[in-house]
Amino acid sequence: MTLVLHLVALFLLLTLMLGVVRIWHGPTAADRMLASQLFGTTGVALLLVLAEAQQIPSLRDVALILAVLAVFSAAAFVTRVVRIEGEKTDRHAVKGHDDD
Amino acid sequence: MIDGLIFGLQILLLVSGCFFFALGTLGLFRFNDTLCRIHALTKIDNLGLGLVILALLTMTPSVASGLKTLLIWWVALAASATSAHLVARAVRIHEPSLPDPLREREHKDG
Repeated sequence: MTLVLHLVALFLLLTLMLGVVRIWHGPTAADRMLASQLFGTTGVALLLVLAEAQQIPSLRDVALILAVLAVFSAAAFVTRVVRIEGEKTDRHAVKGHDDD
Repeated sequence: MIDGLIFGLQILLLVSGCFFFALGTLGLFRFNDTLCRIHALTKIDNLGLGLVILALLTMTPSVASGLKTLLIWWVALAASATSAHLVARAVRIHEPSLPDPLREREHKDG
């Protein structure tokens, strides 16, 4: 059973690496932000699987913290891009230069 | 007999969870528009996470860690739902006339 869990963990790690490719390639900052969301969900699953496979219960707390921090990163990105008071925002952060 | 069944169920849940994770990541690449990517990423990855967590629930040593896993699942669901909405709203504000793929194709052909 632990072999299966380790294989699943390896597979999730590979999906994470695919996310890194999107971060490198992503035209707009919003796409890069999506990849960080991918890290949020896939990272939580990876940590939970490893917690079960290697019997390290503290990894579950790490997964919980990662899930919460994913929201903070998205909130930080959005507040930087979309000023709440609506002043001039960082246009190129969202729309790529090339696809205008 | 029973633990063979449970083992099979766990394998099935884990494999389908990984399948949906792969699908979500594939969606992240396949769709050409940020909003479609948000859609693919959030929904499918959460389904994958849910399946993996269901499989893990059957293996947890104690009730406490099982409840903690469920808590993590719901926090992850809420986290990705809100962050997807935030990012989508940020993108939406900056692209009022969202480039509709069909319209783009007409422009190219027309």
